Parts: sequence; structure tokens; C-alpha cells
Amino acid sequence: MNIFVCVKQVPDTETKVTPNGDGTFIETSSIKWIMNPYDEFAVEQALLLKAANSGSTVTVLRVGSTQDTEALRTALAMGADEAILVESDDNLDSYMIAKSLKGAIEKSGKSPDILFTGKQAIDDDCLQVPQLLAQMLDLPSVSVVVGFESNDGLVTLKREVEGGALEVYELSTPVVVACNKGINTPRYASLPGIMKAKKKPLQNLSLGDVGVSADDRRVKYSNFQLPPEKPPGKKFDAMDEAKQAEVVAEVVQLLRNEAKII
Amino acid sequence: MSKILVFTETTDNNVKSVTLEILGRLAGQDIDVACIGNLPDEGAKALTEHGAANIHKVTGAGLEKYSPEGYSKALKAVIEKGGYDYVMAGSTSLGKDLFPRLAGIFDAGMATEVTNFTMDGGTFAGTRPLFAGKVLAKVEIQGPKPHFVTVRPNALGMPESTTAGAGNLQDLAAEVGEIRAAIKEIVKGASEKVDLTEANIIISGGRAMKNAENFKILEECADVIGATVGASRAAVDSGFAPHAMQVGQTGKTVAPSLYIACGISGAIQHLAGMRTSKVIVAINTDPDAPIFTKADYGIVGDLFKIVPILTEEFKKIM
Repeated sequence: MNIFVCVKQVPDTETKVTPNGDGTFIETSSIKWIMNPYDEFAVEQALLLKAANSGSTVTVLRVGSTQDTEALRTALAMGADEAILVESDDNLDSYMIAKSLKGAIEKSGKSPDILFTGKQAIDDDCLQVPQLLAQMLDLPSVSVVVGFESNDGLVTLKREVEGGALEVYELSTPVVVACNKGINTPRYASLPGIMKAKKKPLQNLSLGDVGVSADDRRVKYSNFQLPPEKPPGKKFDAMDEAKQAEVVAEVVQLLRNEAKII
Repeated sequence: MSKILVFTETTDNNVKSVTLEILGRLAGQDIDVACIGNLPDEGAKALTEHGAANIHKVTGAGLEKYSPEGYSKALKAVIEKGGYDYVMAGSTSLGKDLFPRLAGIFDAGMATEVTNFTMDGGTFAGTRPLFAGKVLAKVEIQGPKPHFVTVRPNALGMPESTTAGAGNLQDLAAEVGEIRAAIKEIVKGASEKVDLTEANIIISGGRAMKNAENFKILEECADVIGATVGASRAAVDSGFAPHAMQVGQTGKTVAPSLYIACGISGAIQHLAGMRTSKVIVAINTDPDAPIFTKADYGIVGDLFKIVPILTEEFKKIM
């Protein structure tokens, strides 16, 4: 099986994000980069599928800057076989990323049997690339997948929707599967895995190589700014048991008469 | 003035309220609405009152249940027939899955989950949170039309006044052909309540809940005020609650009218996911917990003592 995984490199979730000087993007100089957390589930699912289908290869794809290649190195150390990096700025829009991934898949010379992605990247939170890529490749896609079973080219996928309900899809591969937390427990990269990863093939492509240019930009961002700070609220001490009833009654009264919310 | 199509999802007896929020913001534009399958009478009435000129009701084989391929092909037919400049929908589970595929069919751009937008001169300009709301940015769309936009539920708010449209119901039969990814069955969720992303009130528990059993006290309070129960990442990672309940950067981003945080310290990735809530109440034993910096009303106290009293107080006024 030709298994593909698309990963993105994003700022760590504990990062304090601030706009850059001219508000065209965020300040990226002191960010710790990690693999997008949802993409870890995608890599893990690819490796599980490879383990169950001997002779399979897992190819990891990433579009982004060369400053740090943490995401690809992590995927290779976890057990992926090879990687392709499409070099670009880190602020491409979803359309450009999907088109780059499509181009990279074509350049790989392999016809994908299945593609895994995270359900969303936690930087721009657009949730577009998996579905866009599927449409561009004329493949079906299922997003927010929390359950995966595969049997002889037939996959059963559970997609999580509102209220924790699950839509169960059954279809033939190839398919694009966008993974959510809950689908599996990603492994940690072992030390031997990290050592081995250094020798695994990593191909670098340019945007030109994959047929993407500035004309492909569809979404333009500007005026990056911090959200407005709330004025300080009211704080009540209710550690003392004798005060609890009084404090709670006052807060409920404020919710009703001041905030007018209840 | 631009020609705009709004795709609406329906409920048992109406349309989803985010549709009406969008229609309210589009007052003055040339607006049509599309729905797939059954449209309840109350829904048609609400769409008309909120300015819909034409209401396209699309039916056809394969459209009985949602599928990204079936629904995108059905809407493609409506869009090509009407020649729209913009196509909008709520950023719901379905909207998030469907719209990127639909935009892809037209090689067009899409702005995901905007929390505000203007249509000055008939051109869309939106605001959307990035990095789970740690920053906001202005978003504009360029390239081939139509341009696609999804809007976060509860963000715009219901319009204060409305201008009615003609509300012409138009039936459209669509041929969607083969659907490869189709729903075989739907497994109901544990909760029959409104989803976190659409909830008007949320009461969430953190690591201080100690175990899954204790979430019962949040549920009792939630039942009184019609709230949906959420959880912090710490609570989910500790196994107290399923991931579907997680609020924050690697969970759900929410914008309810009222958010009650119980025993949640307020890690940066949690604050990012709930900071746009209109009113925030925090209950925590640690007076220096970061959650208090975002709270409108903070109660320094033990949630196991405070929450039951809160439930009783709410009972008195509800």
C-alpha cells in the first residue's frame, strides 16, 4: 500500500502568540515549533495500517519553511519511511497548501491508496486542506475521524459530529482520512527511531516544482491583532463556608440584573 | 450589492439559528437561501422574514443523508444556476466538512469560521480568530468567484430588526451521481443536548473535578439552566470526560453567552478556546488562577461546595 500522511508544523499550544510589527502575521522569532497535534494521530494511523499490510510504505508530506523541520523529523522517527518537504513561507493559504500537496504526491510517482491528515491545523484553524485535497485528487474524504477499521481495501470510518454522535462511513480506498483525537494513541519516537530517521530519504521541492505560484493565493490576511482585553471582573472570596451562600446568591443576582444573561 | 446564497441546515421544526444570524448581517444584499431535503414550515417562514428572496429546496436520490460529495454536487447545481458572488453557511460540523470541498469544485477561496464581517460596497471583509483565538486577523478573499464563507454560530448575534424578502420557494431536483463516502449508520452521542459549539450556556469542569463521577454535579446544574457540559484538556487527559467535551485549542472553540468554569486553572490553550464567551464565571480555590483574569465574576472557593449552592440559586429564578 502507498500510504501518505500530510503534516504541518505549528507553534506549541503553550505559546503566547503575538502579532508581528506590521500586523501581517505573527511574531515567529521565538516560537517553539511542534508537529500539529492532530497530525500525530494521522502519522500513528498510517503506521498502524502499514504494520497490518506488509510491503506498505508511509510517505510524509509537509509544506512550509526550512527553518526547523521538527514535524517531518518526528514523523520519520515515529516510523515513516520517507519524507517530502515543499519549501515555502509558513503563511500559505489552504488552497495553496492543498495544491502543493497534490503536486508533491504526483512528484512522488506513487499512486496513493490512502491519505491521512489531522482534522485541522491549530495555527490557522481553517479545516480546509483535507477536503480541498480530496476534491483536487477527485477522492472521497471523511473528516473528524475517531474510529478507523480497514479490511482488504474497504475502510469503516467513524466521524464525530455535534453532541458526540458518530456518522459511520464504509467505503473503498483510496480515501482522504482527517483524524481527530480519540482514533488512536500516538507512539513516542524511540531513540533508535530518532537515529534511523537521520538516514531516511527527505526530498526537497520548491513551490515551482509542484506548480504553485503567488497567483494561487485565495485568502489574504491583514491586521493581525490581539483580542481586546476584558475589563477586570468582580472577584468574591468564598473560602469561608459561612460566606458561600451569600456570595453565590450575589453572583446569580449579578448574572440576572447586571449581565442580564439568565 | 452582491448576489449571495446562504446554505441552511434544518432542525426538526426550524432552520439552524446561525442561518438567521447570517441573513441579519446580509440585510440590503440580494439574498437567496438553499436547503437540502425537507424544510419545515416554521423555517421557511423565518427565512422569508429575515430577507430571503428565493428559497431553493434541493432534493434527489442520494441526498436523504449528508455526504460531502452529494451535498457539494447538489449545491454546485444551485450555485451555477443562480450565479452567486458569495456562498455562506454556519461553521457547524456539516458546514466545516462540506464547504472546503464545495470551494474546491470552483477552485475558489474560502474564509473559515469568521466571527464578524461587513459587506461594504458588496465586498466581503471578515474578522476571524487564528491560533484558537490567541490573535484576530482581517480576512479577505480573492480569485475566482463565488467566494465561500463560514460563520461561527452565536458570534454575530440575532438581528434586532429584519426586512422580509419575497421567500419564493423553488424546488430543484439534483442528480448527484455516485457517492463514494456515504453514511451507513449514525450512532447517537451520549448527550442529547445542544453541542458545545452552538450552546448558549456552558458549564465546564477541570482537573479539580477529581473523577468522571463528579461531573454529575455539573450536569445537575446544567439541567436547571439549559447548559451543555464541557471539560478542560486536563480533565479529558485524566479520563474524566470524553474528547467531544473538550474546550480549548485542541478541543472545541466556543462562544456561549455564559461560560461557567469550575475547577479550571485557565491554561493558555483553554483560555484561547473560550475567551470570546460573553460572560465568564470562574470557580476555583486558587485566588491566583489565570482563569480569574478572564472572569467577569470570580468565586474563590471549593467547587464541590459552590456548584450545588449555585444550582439551588438558579432553581429559584428559572
